[in-house]
Amino acid sequence: MKVFLMYPDQDFNLKQSLPPNEASLTQDLELNTIFEAMALGDKFLFEVAKQTILSSLDAPDVISYRQEILKDCLENPTIVREIYCIPIEVIKSKRQHWIGFSLRHPGGILSRSIAMLQLFIDPLKKLRRIADEHAEKFNSEGFTRFFALIRQELSDDYFTVVENHLKQLRFRSGVLISAQLGKGNEGVNYVLRKRNRLDSHWLKRIFAKQPPVYSFTLPSRDYRGASVLGELKDRGVNLVANALAQSADHINSFLSMLRVELAFYIGSLNLSEQLVQQGGTITIPKPVPACERHHSFTGLYDAALALTMKQKVVGNDVYADNKDVAVITGANQGGKSTFLRSIGVAQLMMQCGMFVPAELFSANLCRGLFTHFKREEDASMESGKFAEELGRMSTIVDAVRPDALVLFNESFAATNEREGSEIAWQILRALLERRIKVFFVTHLYELARRAYEKKMENAIFLRAVRQQDGRRTFKLSEAEPLQTSYGVDVYNKVWETDILNGLSSGSITSEA
Amino acid sequence: MLFPSILFKNEDDIKRQPVEEFAFFSDLNLNQIIDSITAGKEEYNLNPFFYTALRDVETVYYRHEVMRDMENETLMGQIKVFAERMASVRRNLGLVEKLDFNYHKKGWFLEATRVYCDAMTDLAHNLSQVNLKSSGLLAFREYVTGYFKSHGFQSLLAEGKGVKDGLSDLQYCVIVQSGKFSVQRYDGEADYSAKVENIFEKFRQGAVKDYRVDLHKRSGMNHIEAKILDFVSRLYPEQFAVLDLFCADHNQFMDPAISTFDREIQFYVAYLEFVSNIKRKGLTFCYPQVSTTNRELYNYAGFDLALAHSLAYTEMPVVCNDFFLREPERIIVVSGPNQGGKTTFARTFGQLHYLASLGCPVPGRKAQLFLYDRIFTHFEREENIHNLRGKLQDDLVRIHDILTRATSNSILIVNEMFVSTTLKDAVFLNKAIMARVIELDLLCVSVTFIDELTSLSKKTVSMVSTVVPENPAERTFKIVRKPADGMAYALSIAKKYRLTYEQIKERIKL
Repeated sequence: MKVFLMYPDQDFNLKQSLPPNEASLTQDLELNTIFEAMALGDKFLFEVAKQTILSSLDAPDVISYRQEILKDCLENPTIVREIYCIPIEVIKSKRQHWIGFSLRHPGGILSRSIAMLQLFIDPLKKLRRIADEHAEKFNSEGFTRFFALIRQELSDDYFTVVENHLKQLRFRSGVLISAQLGKGNEGVNYVLRKRNRLDSHWLKRIFAKQPPVYSFTLPSRDYRGASVLGELKDRGVNLVANALAQSADHINSFLSMLRVELAFYIGSLNLSEQLVQQGGTITIPKPVPACERHHSFTGLYDAALALTMKQKVVGNDVYADNKDVAVITGANQGGKSTFLRSIGVAQLMMQCGMFVPAELFSANLCRGLFTHFKREEDASMESGKFAEELGRMSTIVDAVRPDALVLFNESFAATNEREGSEIAWQILRALLERRIKVFFVTHLYELARRAYEKKMENAIFLRAVRQQDGRRTFKLSEAEPLQTSYGVDVYNKVWETDILNGLSSGSITSEA
Repeated sequence: MLFPSILFKNEDDIKRQPVEEFAFFSDLNLNQIIDSITAGKEEYNLNPFFYTALRDVETVYYRHEVMRDMENETLMGQIKVFAERMASVRRNLGLVEKLDFNYHKKGWFLEATRVYCDAMTDLAHNLSQVNLKSSGLLAFREYVTGYFKSHGFQSLLAEGKGVKDGLSDLQYCVIVQSGKFSVQRYDGEADYSAKVENIFEKFRQGAVKDYRVDLHKRSGMNHIEAKILDFVSRLYPEQFAVLDLFCADHNQFMDPAISTFDREIQFYVAYLEFVSNIKRKGLTFCYPQVSTTNRELYNYAGFDLALAHSLAYTEMPVVCNDFFLREPERIIVVSGPNQGGKTTFARTFGQLHYLASLGCPVPGRKAQLFLYDRIFTHFEREENIHNLRGKLQDDLVRIHDILTRATSNSILIVNEMFVSTTLKDAVFLNKAIMARVIELDLLCVSVTFIDELTSLSKKTVSMVSTVVPENPAERTFKIVRKPADGMAYALSIAKKYRLTYEQIKERIKL
């Protein structure tokens, strides 16, 4: 029995390794805020949310498989949450019931397995009841198959047979084991046997020749002897213990998988409820194959920011189909980083089968998402800031493949503008020629200008809007890069470069 | 009929087996080699064989013949199976000594005879099928054939089988309850595990964990099992009476000559197993010509066996070297860059001669080697706090001691002598010592940083460790015959950025 609510044909692997840049993605995109909103304090939900969102899917059909199931969940939240409670309750009562069964002896394994199977019977019956009552309210392929499986495999007859055998396997009148003499006349080939039925007629029983039987009763203090008898019994029940333990495991893992695979949808329900409550919109995105270039959306906002501010936040509309690179320039505190984050988060959410915080959203899938954001100066950092940036870039180059998406946020600005621009330009060019899609937020005017003057058809230039009175709208619009990003003072202070002089004279000079 | 030894042609040699390694073993890394060869074969106590250098050409070739026969993989496989079974016989007999219960002891004794009979039957058959050339194995085959046909062995074989079959056919049942048990004959009761497995089959899908506990217990029997066996012997008295009789009749069943062969043949097995791992690196071994008189030596594509062994499972190449000595040459003086393989070359020379004196194939494509009387080495020693003499004096005392004991049939390997003194002193002392060596007519390899030593006399040959001409920092580990050039080099490595346009395009493949 398989749950198959995350993939049409495979289990969800909670242990699968996350991309190597997991920590950077989480930090740069503020993903913990999203995970926490999905988890609502539940560690397990947090774990599943993290695992799912960071393990992007490449296959459009699996994404739409999940999207369909998610739609069912958004329409039947109460029933889905009720199903989710079944494995949770089993786990709870398991914790109360068996601590202390030894797994080293088949006898212990057998007792434990009988107890576990007994414990599973009621929750399985409950699952059957839900399937009987609500199956027709679900339309997705995943849920339809799931309910059909429950109704087919867990019939009333089967419950009866299983309960009977669980009783017999307690061996109230002793364990009968046959054996032979092996090497050294030591017993071998132990086989558990079912007693022959006694001859029904009492007269026959009396006159039949009785076979010889030799019996031995252990002295009352022979503990060693008692444990040897236990071992002998273990030899007899080894196979049945194995069969029952494997069955118990299977049902256990079925229930665990049910918990794991529903956890993602429960997390999604939690997140959607919070966003909607704050007046945010959500949409099921339209993924496009990785080889194409699409990025078009309306009302895309940064869910992490909305959750932090606990209010509706400004969304952006961009039509960037057939573009390989977006260069984003403009005002400081103008929403550039927020925009870049919303791009990254939306990509991850789309690629795990979730909704996206937007009114409409369509983008091509990417094979790997990478972030190269400027970092706060780290006291423990031994290498200089620029070397640290290059080091991180080199790590990305090691991992990146064609059709990946790389988000740069004010990268390579830790040196002077000319050098920074030159290095960034070489990197950008190489990445584009290797079919890698890039969003580049930058203050490096020379970089932006060089890209703009190339008049590349596959580039789009976005600018953070600053109104005449200096207020920022946090909205981006398509526009030519400007020579200043209005934050020269802040920039100067933080980066300790002297481009102010260069800018005031109208051109960039490399002053000693 | 007697069969003395597959290792020794003369009975005298059999007695002369030292149990300790020689002083020069660690300098030549021979201790590593021998320990690796004999590792896992401790029960045969093979080290004394590897500590016994042969002095007669005849026995060396006697071993070459056997070794060549043993290179036949079929025979090798058969001998290994035989050895495993003999080991099992010994284990079983050892067990019998330790056991407490009558029928348990007798059961294991029976088992030992069964394994022994299997081992002998297969060995006799296999030896009769294989094509043998060595006088040693031909004589052994004759012995085995006779032993196999003997009445003593044939009755052990037939009676043992009868007893074993009788016991194996018995089947009994134990009913285990709390604190008591009963034993009775088996009466066709059905298999319950199969039934249960069938019912729960539905829930056992996919990759399941195996919960079967490995209940394999060590051989042995506790009082309960002994009681059960006792009950079984009462349920089936005839089968156990036959076992009693068999054990009494065949008390001492192992043939001493077979036992000796079983141990000695492991010398060949161990060496060939060791060599086969190294051959996989594409290195070759050869059977050397040996002589106690001819000092015109050569070895082509030789290598340090200890080094080759340690690199056997790596990708690192093993560098091979050649040497030859023609009359009147006796002394190879090795100089050149450090870390260039000079010491390795010197060790190789010593190892080749020692291995040849064991009658073993040696590293290389082709070799003529000297059957020496003794090998001496003078390698640098750690300062020893208990030794009150200074290092220079210590060096001198050691070389003096060597030169007093060495004969013109000895081999001397010298590695960087007198490095602890001034260059001027070192040159003087080395020259003086070399003059003694020349006078004694020793075969000698001397590793030195002193160029003058390379051209002291017509007896000396200069060999030099070499570097790659385009990159002097890179060693070739090749030691070639040419005049010393006195160069030394150091390594340095430069690091570069890898984030330029070209480099990134190189790193990311479409």
